[in-house]
Amino acid sequence: MTIQTQGGVDPTLQRTITARVNGRDVSGVVDTRTTLADWLRDELDLVSVHLGCEHGVCGCCTILLDGQSVRACLMLAAQVNGRDVETVESLSSDQTKLHPIQEAFQEEHGLQCGFCTPAMVLRTKEILADGRERTDEEVRQDISGILCRCTGYQNIINSVQCAARKLRAGSPAPIAAGTGTGGSSDQNPGA
Amino acid sequence: MKPPRFAYYDPDTVAEAVELKARFETDAVVLAGGQSLVPMLATRLAKPDALLDINRISSLQQLEVGPTHVEFGALVRQYQLETDPLVARNVPLLAAVTHYIGHVENRHRGTVGGSLAHADSAAELPTAAVTLDAEMVIEGPAGRRVEAARDFFAGWMTSTIAPDELLVAVRFPITPADAGWGFVEVARREGDFALAAAAAQLRLDEAGRVSEIAIGLASISDRPLRATEVEAQLLGQLPTADAVAVAARAIEEQVTASDDMHATHSYRRHLAATVTQRAVLEAVGRAQEGNRS
Ligand code: FES
Ligand code: FES
Repeated sequence: MTIQTQGGVDPTLQRTITARVNGRDVSGVVDTRTTLADWLRDELDLVSVHLGCEHGVCGCCTILLDGQSVRACLMLAAQVNGRDVETVESLSSDQTKLHPIQEAFQEEHGLQCGFCTPAMVLRTKEILADGRERTDEEVRQDISGILCRCTGYQNIINSVQCAARKLRAGSPAPIAAGTGTGGSSDQNPGA
Repeated sequence: MKPPRFAYYDPDTVAEAVELKARFETDAVVLAGGQSLVPMLATRLAKPDALLDINRISSLQQLEVGPTHVEFGALVRQYQLETDPLVARNVPLLAAVTHYIGHVENRHRGTVGGSLAHADSAAELPTAAVTLDAEMVIEGPAGRRVEAARDFFAGWMTSTIAPDELLVAVRFPITPADAGWGFVEVARREGDFALAAAAAQLRLDEAGRVSEIAIGLASISDRPLRATEVEAQLLGQLPTADAVAVAARAIEEQVTASDDMHATHSYRRHLAATVTQRAVLEAVGRAQEGNRS
């Protein structure tokens, strides 16, 4: 059992943790009841982690934990000690130079209010990592854990497909912007 | 929507976890994948004095294929059930039902043991466990005991795990090569809780008659149930579409779920028969294919 007593602090109530966050080692003291989402937002200022429901329903707080998408509101900060955490802030360090996935969302109008977007972009990064072509229907399944209240999803699906083409082509340049469902066998997009 | 204050423990071994459970008894809850528990903390449905995070216990993370069973440590993630070819090959029904648990973001964290211990009658893994006659391995101060899945679920969100015990593993029998299986779930949306779901596994004899059959239902009662009457009606019979449709109606008598915001009692009766019929036919199709090849 790891009981690190730090200056008399009760380790059941507070812990010192170190995690790799967006490629940097970060340490902090956290209350054991603090969720991962609150730690990322309030202590590390990674406010792309959006809190829609705080009980695991909306998916807007999705982050990548050791490369896998998880809901940050359903984990405790204390649980990421020694783990790798990625938020959408990691995709582009230069505000004027977007990641191809971000460009795809912009070109295909994959966002309106933007609340679900960081989660959608990270999930897109995760699913496209295998380089496989997907039908629109598969993409629809793949993003079904994240709710979007604005777009009606079709433009998000178009964005994912556009991002896939960009990543395969190894080029961030606009590719067939606005044409929607490339690589799709879905006869009835949007249905 | 923040978890209440609790004393957090993250033991390294099962022995330490059991010791903590014995110390806190009903004042402690076990944190596995957290996909059901953390929402309960956030909404303050659960206000435990102590939270026992078992995620660091490496002995609970093993998946072992034995001669007759596959044993899953309580902490094996649902995502592994869904994607590990060892699971699809040895217990295909289990791999198939897992896909229906929440969303992939939940399955990345959610665990086998967590879902079983949570004992939600609408959940897929408890239903698969009851259908496939899985065995729960439970450890307490006096040592280990094994309990059949059918006895393990004791009522609404209730299992037979005593306050000083921990579910450490579950064993699923390896599926015979000639068995066919099926799973059908009806939910409002992708990833929602099942309004009703049925799992079925069966074998056919030389003449094409049902020689073994197991059917489990989710979300029709306070716990996952075996469709014993439907099973009895089909055993020894030729599973024609008509015979299955008639037998499936027998499940309606077992539906005790009352009206709720999602479905009325009578709609659930209708659904129960429908998913039973479809799951059995799916299983028959696979068994017939398997027998031909
Ligand atoms: S805020 Fe985490 S799922 Fe909604
Ligand atoms: S863009 Fe508004 S919620 Fe998705």
